[in-house]
Amino acid sequence: MTTAFRSRPQQISAVDSRRVNAPQVRPRSLIPYVVMGTLFGIILVKSEVVSWYRIQEMFRFESFHMYGVLGSAFFTAFISLQVLKRLKVNSRTGEPIALPPKVLGRGYRYWIGGAIFGIGWALSGACPGPLFALVGSGITVYLMTAIAALLGTWTYGYFRPRLPH
Amino acid sequence: MLESLSHPWPWYVAGPLIGLFVPALLVIGNKPLGLSGSLRALCAAAAPGNVEFFKYDWKRSAAWNVAFAVGIFLGGVIAATILGVTSPAISAHARDAIAGLGMGKQVTGLAPASVFSWHALLTLRGATCILLGGFLVGFGASYAGGCTSGHGITGLASLQLASLIALIAIFAGGLFATFVLMPLIF
Repeated sequence: MTTAFRSRPQQISAVDSRRVNAPQVRPRSLIPYVVMGTLFGIILVKSEVVSWYRIQEMFRFESFHMYGVLGSAFFTAFISLQVLKRLKVNSRTGEPIALPPKVLGRGYRYWIGGAIFGIGWALSGACPGPLFALVGSGITVYLMTAIAALLGTWTYGYFRPRLPH
Repeated sequence: MLESLSHPWPWYVAGPLIGLFVPALLVIGNKPLGLSGSLRALCAAAAPGNVEFFKYDWKRSAAWNVAFAVGIFLGGVIAATILGVTSPAISAHARDAIAGLGMGKQVTGLAPASVFSWHALLTLRGATCILLGGFLVGFGASYAGGCTSGHGITGLASLQLASLIALIAIFAGGLFATFVLMPLIF
């Protein structure tokens, strides 16, 4: 995920300076992420969280399923982060483990961006990760949703300097 | 074993597994779980134009996210071909409400074919859900700097106030679409 608007230049330069001597990204170094993504995609489809029906059910407060998935995912991630912190685990890259902070600023981007995203999520039944899984699962028309999402991202990039963050 | 994997996976299996991707990605390469970065990277790769937002070294900072997205696509293929796609057993109330929108009472597959199919693409419902929905997902996730995974799981798990706000706003937007927009449009 990207870091927050105001902090982005510093964040990126901080990351770059840390890796200024690092070689260019080699395709082979991306294999672990493809494997991880594959597992992630299988879980998304098999737990039905990519389902438009499940998302409708969630927004209608008719089932615990989505809340259970998101809640237990949050809880597991939270405990894991605490453990990593206590044990001072380093990343395989040698750096100390660090999550880029989401700078709050005035918070407009989270209120407005979040609400826009939520409307899109309820309509399409897909967020960025599930989009790719849905296309893979055979509902090929979601390819158009993915293209529309890229168009939306591009439009945001274009208007970004004029939007309140 | 394949037999039990072919059923829908319950939340208490899927949720913790999803949560473990946060520490796993951090340990493997110090990457924060999230996917809206892949949309930005794909834009930067395909058509950066003269837009500041897309002038960054995406190969170095976000190629992993695109690789992860490619994996998710493959995961979808494997789930569908080997393990089988299930039709969600949603609650009777939700089924009635969806039927009330004119989408049929039958739940088949992951999304209603009456809306999410190529021949429905140019109907009002199809265009709203498939195209407008997608556009808002991309625009909103990039604007908010995160999506369900980036804010809802990674951000919240690291106790970021910004992510809590984003999550509340996401939910408010979803409720608005479900209870105001959809009955109006459909």
